[in-house]
Amino acid sequence: MTSVTMGPAEPVIPHHFETKPQHNECNILGMWLFLAQEIMFFGGLFTAYAVYRFKYPDAWEAGSAELNRAIGTGNTIVLLVSSLTMALSVYFAQTDQFKKLVASFSLTMVFGAIFLIVKAFEYHEKYTHGLIPGAWWDPIHPPEIDDPSKMQLFFIMYFIMTGMHAFHMVIGLIIAAVMMIMMLKRKFGPNKYMPVEMFGFYWHFVDIVWVFLFPMVYLI
Amino acid sequence: MAVIADREGAYAPPVREENYLTWDHSIKSWLFTQDHKRIAILYLISITVFFLLGGIFAMLFRIELLTPAGDVFEADRYNKFFTLHGVIMIFFFLIPSVPATLGNFLVPIMVGARDLAFPKINLASWWVFNVAGVFALLVLVTGGVDTGWTFYSPLSTSYANTSVFLAVTAAFAAGFSSILTGINFIVTVHKMRAPGLTWFRLPLFIWANYATGVVIMLGTPVVAITLFLIAVERLWGVGIFDPALGGDSVLFQHMFWFYSHPAVYIMILPGFGVISEIIPCFSRNRIFGYPFIAFSTLSIAILGFFVWGHHMFVSGQSFYTGMVFSFLTMFIAAPTAVKIMNWTFTLHGGNVIMTTPMLYAIGFIGLFTIGGVTGLFLAAMGLDVPLHDTYFVVAHFHFTMVGGMAMAFFAGIHFWWPKMIGKMYPEFMGKFACIIIFTGFNLTFMPQFIVGWLGMPRRYHAYPEEWQVLNVMSTAGASILGFGFLACIACLIWSAFWGKPAKQNPWGAKGLEWEVCTSPPHPHNFTSIPVVTEEAYSYTGEEVLDID
Repeated sequence: MTSVTMGPAEPVIPHHFETKPQHNECNILGMWLFLAQEIMFFGGLFTAYAVYRFKYPDAWEAGSAELNRAIGTGNTIVLLVSSLTMALSVYFAQTDQFKKLVASFSLTMVFGAIFLIVKAFEYHEKYTHGLIPGAWWDPIHPPEIDDPSKMQLFFIMYFIMTGMHAFHMVIGLIIAAVMMIMMLKRKFGPNKYMPVEMFGFYWHFVDIVWVFLFPMVYLI
Repeated sequence: MAVIADREGAYAPPVREENYLTWDHSIKSWLFTQDHKRIAILYLISITVFFLLGGIFAMLFRIELLTPAGDVFEADRYNKFFTLHGVIMIFFFLIPSVPATLGNFLVPIMVGARDLAFPKINLASWWVFNVAGVFALLVLVTGGVDTGWTFYSPLSTSYANTSVFLAVTAAFAAGFSSILTGINFIVTVHKMRAPGLTWFRLPLFIWANYATGVVIMLGTPVVAITLFLIAVERLWGVGIFDPALGGDSVLFQHMFWFYSHPAVYIMILPGFGVISEIIPCFSRNRIFGYPFIAFSTLSIAILGFFVWGHHMFVSGQSFYTGMVFSFLTMFIAAPTAVKIMNWTFTLHGGNVIMTTPMLYAIGFIGLFTIGGVTGLFLAAMGLDVPLHDTYFVVAHFHFTMVGGMAMAFFAGIHFWWPKMIGKMYPEFMGKFACIIIFTGFNLTFMPQFIVGWLGMPRRYHAYPEEWQVLNVMSTAGASILGFGFLACIACLIWSAFWGKPAKQNPWGAKGLEWEVCTSPPHPHNFTSIPVVTEEAYSYTGEEVLDID
């Protein structure tokens, strides 16, 4: 085996596995199953969204019109680029390129952070417009629909869905920070790239959730 | 399942001749163990505590129902008792019962692996379960919760002034711990089977736990988000499900039952797996129709996702939706009947040995059949209208869950006790407790079928005087049942300390855990990974009991 500059020199197999491929396959299948349950988790929210959209189409249209599409589009691009740098990180870990790995993984984190910061500004804008449901609900220009109070439901779903997505991003960034430290200590490499790849699965999944959320709340 | 060869690079045998229980006695080695067998024992202790706690609440409201007037506890307190009984028994006993204890212990051994695929996640599952348990205990000390275990909105979101938030958090966390177990099982069965162990050589217990894992993985997240929305609605004070605020409370019921109906299959499928092991062993007979049992398990898991609407026949769901759900619910009786028939045919022509596990298993078949058939009554849309929310439903549910699942759980615990603990339980006491439980159970729930048929609604703390006799019978039965459970648990705990040491294969059973593993097993299960050359249950009728 050729010497590597990062990660263990030989593949490490935990005691309960027989071979390295078995270990990797278990990780990949386990991650897919975890993501399947995540889909069901978000699926519950998407179902509630669909039911209320069907019940209150006017309120939904008026609510969607209050959102800033330019910022939403920009944020979508930021997130998609972070997915690209994440995919590159996995490749650089597998091919033993330390500097590129650190650079691309850092970029992934930076883009993720930019997304969240922009999202925070968007939330604040909703606050200043009185679009936070509940006690602060006070739209400056109540739209001309049958029952303006139903627009609250749109914003409840908006905040819960994008909030749950943002929560997954925050968890992702915390895990990424821990992985960054391990990465700088050269823990990952061609013989141990699974953690990077597993994190990549998660990161791409969170991006894909946004790819569905973006048209649902901003565009249609 | 013969071992014909050691594989290359076989695991080096340990220096000390120890088993998984004795190799390290420190507290830390237990609480932070990654050994699936020790985690099974930890889970067994946790769920026993919750089982007893749930039982105490059952006894409290049965005492209230001794008399027609609501005189022992006021209505509020009664509501809290049955809610806590339901929440604790369902989320903290029935759902983890077999998978987290017997499943954790046996799945890796039965597939010929040294551990589950993700040992750390398995340990995390137990810790998350205990965090959930702490939330459940916080519910108790903060005055309880009174919405019923179903948390129906708008009662749970707008009207209840009890610890709904803590209770849904507890259920959320318990659900999360079960997801971790489920994913672990699926990966282990797919990727870690020993050489020669093809899918159709797997013990049916593995099929059952695999199917359970699939249902857990696809169902639990939906209830998680639903309970999350309930919590948000309460904390934020906005209307997600409350109709007064523009929400839709029937949507809550759809989302809740999308998990909570499959959840009854999460509870019962592992029980089916246990029975599929015990019946052939003590019939000394190959199981009848192996592939049919295996596929009926999977078809129950799949069909179980398409029947949730039968909980909502009277909730304002459309007539045609109800008809479809009614039909699909009837349909699910078919694979269940296939299992019952196959177990019965396995007994037929076998050399039946009446040990304690077999006694529980035979009891299971009878009681579960009654529970299943009364389920068809409730699946019929017309008949469900008068029977909905009566004691008939309560009796049906308890026949499947206590008469079915709890009996299967105790059958399995007795069956594998010698393997898990390395001690034999006293056979006479085991049988005695089993008969007490069976008697008490029937006395408790048979009258509830009648009183429900007569129209007594569930969840009321007072009732007309003409139903007193039946309710007294039920309470008397509950006392006997409670005594039976205590006798059974006491007998097992006693035997763990003072029982006779168990041989490797006391039952003369087939399977890797009996034929290859010592009692109790080695910390890494096998000294070398076995190679399987036979199908499961290759009983010849000549196996003998090996008990001192």
